[in-house]
Amino acid sequence: MLVSVKWLRDYVDVDVTPAEMAERLTMAGLEVDALEERRPAFSGVKVARILSLKPHPDADHLSLCDVTAGESTYPVVCGAANIRVGDCVPLALAGATLPGGLVVRTSRIRGERSDGMLASEEELGIGTDASGIMILPADLSPGAELAELDELRDTVLDIGVTPNRADCLSITGVAREWAAIAGGALRIPAALPAESGEDIRELTSVTILDPDLCPRYTARIIKGVRIGPSPLWIRQRLEAVGLRPINNVVDVTNFVMMELGQPLHAFDYRFLEEGRIVVRRSRAGEPFVSLDGRERILNEGTLLICDGVKPVAIGGIMGGLNSEIQTDTETILLESAYFNPASIRRTSREMAMGTDAAFRFERGIDPEGVIPALNRAADLIARIAGGTVCRGLIDAYPQKIETAGRIPLRIRRVNDILGTSISGEEILRILGSLQMAVEPVGEDCFAVTPPTCRVDIVREIDLIEEVARLSGYDRIPATLPAVSATTGIRQGRAVLEGKLRDIMTGAGYSEAINYSFISPSAVDRLGIDQTDQRRRHVEIRNPLTEEQAVMRTTMVYSLLLNAGKNADCGRFDLKIFELGRTFIGRGAGELPLEENRLACMLAGLRYEDRWHSGDLRADFYDLKGCIENMLDACCIPMPSFRSGMHEPFLHPGKSCGVYSGEDRIGSLGEVHPDVLARMDLKGPIVVCELDLDRMAALSARKISFRSIPRFPSSSRDVAFLVRTDQEAREILLPAGDPPEELLEKVQIFDIYEGKNLPAGTKSLGLRFSYRSADRTLTDDEVNEVHGRIVKRIVGATGAAIR
Amino acid sequence: MTQELTGLREGAEAELRNAETEEDLLAIRTRYLGRKGLLTGLLRNIAGVPPADRPEFGRRCNEIKEDLAARVDQRIAAVASKKRDEALLRERIDVTLPGRGVRYGALHPITQVRDEICRIFEGLGFSIVEGPEVELDYYNFEALNIPKNHPARDMQDTFYVEENIVLRTHTSPVQVRIMEKTKPPVRILSPGRVYRRDSDISHTPMFHQIEGLLVDRGITFGDLKGVLTMFLKQVFGEQTALRFRPSFFPFTEPSAEVDIRCVMCSGRGCRVCGQSGWLEILGSGMVDPEVFKNVGYDPEVFTGFAFGLGLERIAMLKFGISDIRLFFEGDMRFLEQF
Repeated sequence: MLVSVKWLRDYVDVDVTPAEMAERLTMAGLEVDALEERRPAFSGVKVARILSLKPHPDADHLSLCDVTAGESTYPVVCGAANIRVGDCVPLALAGATLPGGLVVRTSRIRGERSDGMLASEEELGIGTDASGIMILPADLSPGAELAELDELRDTVLDIGVTPNRADCLSITGVAREWAAIAGGALRIPAALPAESGEDIRELTSVTILDPDLCPRYTARIIKGVRIGPSPLWIRQRLEAVGLRPINNVVDVTNFVMMELGQPLHAFDYRFLEEGRIVVRRSRAGEPFVSLDGRERILNEGTLLICDGVKPVAIGGIMGGLNSEIQTDTETILLESAYFNPASIRRTSREMAMGTDAAFRFERGIDPEGVIPALNRAADLIARIAGGTVCRGLIDAYPQKIETAGRIPLRIRRVNDILGTSISGEEILRILGSLQMAVEPVGEDCFAVTPPTCRVDIVREIDLIEEVARLSGYDRIPATLPAVSATTGIRQGRAVLEGKLRDIMTGAGYSEAINYSFISPSAVDRLGIDQTDQRRRHVEIRNPLTEEQAVMRTTMVYSLLLNAGKNADCGRFDLKIFELGRTFIGRGAGELPLEENRLACMLAGLRYEDRWHSGDLRADFYDLKGCIENMLDACCIPMPSFRSGMHEPFLHPGKSCGVYSGEDRIGSLGEVHPDVLARMDLKGPIVVCELDLDRMAALSARKISFRSIPRFPSSSRDVAFLVRTDQEAREILLPAGDPPEELLEKVQIFDIYEGKNLPAGTKSLGLRFSYRSADRTLTDDEVNEVHGRIVKRIVGATGAAIR
Repeated sequence: MTQELTGLREGAEAELRNAETEEDLLAIRTRYLGRKGLLTGLLRNIAGVPPADRPEFGRRCNEIKEDLAARVDQRIAAVASKKRDEALLRERIDVTLPGRGVRYGALHPITQVRDEICRIFEGLGFSIVEGPEVELDYYNFEALNIPKNHPARDMQDTFYVEENIVLRTHTSPVQVRIMEKTKPPVRILSPGRVYRRDSDISHTPMFHQIEGLLVDRGITFGDLKGVLTMFLKQVFGEQTALRFRPSFFPFTEPSAEVDIRCVMCSGRGCRVCGQSGWLEILGSGMVDPEVFKNVGYDPEVFTGFAFGLGLERIAMLKFGISDIRLFFEGDMRFLEQF
């Protein structure tokens, strides 16, 4: 909300600089976001009085005038028709600069000397009126610099009014606040208009059919107004706070809204059929053309202000084109009402009409300010636009608007909440400065009645905040609470996540954070089946873009987008991981399943420096090694990697499921070439996605020490000839099934395929190590168990020994 | 004879000085100390020495013999050592080539800031907790005293999934969820992703917050000031000036925004702080009694404070990042810097 300091001074004294004022308002909770100096954009323009005026001898539309600017008199040629002898006008003498950079010079116009020019508001950049020379107030002294004129200078504060402070959405509201902060008397205008002529009840009536949405509607009628521009002081003030002057009547309604915080509306009485007002809810589909010229089809239940026949305004939001004030308007009906805040908010959101009026109504206006604002506006209109205010006013008030009653406030409670020792007298002083009525009740308690404009104050805690705010947060001593010691703060996944981050960064992977939302077409690009639960998207109703329209069901897609982004920058060597969540929809009304996951991606060279390893490309086994280490470090029991898993976006021959025992905890593999093609990526890219919730549940760090072997081991090497498609896991499994006590470990020392081997076969070289904990094994013992194991492998797998 | 002895010694020393190879040195040893060597020859002629001088002569001969033998050995060792060094130096490698192995990866700046903050509060006994990112309207708004059709909802532009399901706009709903199932005292910190419908150079539709909550008997606004002051000084430095100023959040009262002296301009006013000299860092306040009622706590018995802050803003200040969108683009040139 913009606040003109000049305007503010109409209602309260300000004896500090605007900067200091901004600082003190901010520290009291009215945050001043910006401070703007407003000054005229011209120089060398003086106040002048017209001494004489005669037609130009050689041009029909020009006149010659002599003007005085104090000491000297100047001849000026002027083309405007609105000036008269004795008028005070702005005189731009030779050398004066006008907005836009125009420099005024002495000239001859059709043979007549002109020492300067008389300027319009528009030429001076202080108004929009270009129709004639600007007529200045008659009491100015000729010769004065116009730029120094008080009326043209101002400082405007941009205050970020918090949603609770509806009372500060007006200049007098801020003045009240300033008076409470800095002291000083308030001067709130409260003049009653002079009434004459007919009684309003002979001209109109107000019928409220829906008092729940409009509990109070007041009106006055003013007859015989002449529509024209407002005086400069009104226009200056409106423009300072960002409102565009329109005409004297509309300007007054806006002026009083800004002054008192009560939105008003003026109807041209001529266009009110049956001359009356009916307040009712709309019917579905009712059309209405609002003041901005837009035709709107109304939903059912929108509050309308109607005449005897048709809607003339959307209540509290915007008037209608059909009853707008026009240049020939003579009689106006002035509305000042109270509308239900929630209803106004709903309508203004639905119709995207965030008007100044709606903004105030939805935050809650002062129910007792309705009539003072009506009177103030009627008085101003009568004075500025002429006309007479009809006798009486209509105050249709069918439903009492609740305001806060006496709120109990305990002094002890104030200090208990704040940690202070503020006295009862101090509390009394602070609340008094906010115009609250405070009565002592017993020893330690007050009963406080806030002014009706403070719609935010209904509870004791609201009063405590006022005390804190105005006594100053900086005066509250900082203390540290005595808290009890606790143990076992980080548990489960939090510990696991910390460890994973260490492991992954140690393995050279950098952490990314990607948006949780992705494109709904991501699952198509990944080739995810129609029946896959990862198609059960959580859809965002109002996404910013289609690319961010659903919550991700897999993290791999985000990483592939990262690969694309980096490829665009010429970067193809990638080691990235992300910890985040996926979201699987569970149907209407249900929160989705949120799963914590780790995803990682590897592409490009295995080593950054190629001098030692040439162009060695990273592959499946690089990432697998990293994941194996990680599972080991995280104490995931019985990890295994199994092929034959259908993960649609992975290469079917180069991917696997990651298991702990029989629990699947994720998948690992090269991205499917079709997916790469669809996403315009160059492969190979290896990715892995793991379920952290499951890992955290499985992780079991139980270490039981085994003695260090005291006896030597002996080993036997065997080369098995197996089918090419047989996996190492298949060959190794029978070795330990059933368990062999003496078998310490089996290592794969060679894999060979090609020359000297039958087609479709490969050789798998295994080294078996045998050891006993309590003796040195004899060759016979080793041979016996080794023979048994080899036989078992051959029997179970069909392998041959080379 | 004595003269001869001295001459012999000088001659041997001169030869030692000139010897370069192991062969030279072995030859010197043979020539002087060998069975047919010069020194041995002199000793053999001891008969020519007057008997009175013989012990002295013998002693000097032995002295010279031992000395010479030691020096020859020493020189032989030195020559051998030099030879070995030369051989090893022929195996020389370029130690300035980069080492083999993996470069350390980088933790995301948001993670680093989050961890730093979590550690500070864990030290104060706060537990780290989490809540859903897709959240019921009730927890995100209503239980936090933000009813439907309330202007306070304007403070946060919300992504909707359904009428009553939203992407959480702040981490505050976690407060409510935790209090619903925990008896006071409560000390929690809840970091996480939050979502608002906003996108420009200083806003991304997803960002991170940390929510803190402390509820117990006798917690005051003074405690709020004390804890947050301690916290901000740990993050931004002991010298950092800060100020608490009144603000409004529907779920706290009294509420306070906390500003720190601008870290860029030290308060003189600059583009980063919008000329104000202060940077808004966090929102805080005493838990509103309405929130306590919603979770079944008696506000007459328990009081507490809550605070929330945006991690991106702090990371941007700490690392000098000017565009918030960089955090979420996955650009290695960005990620690797941290």
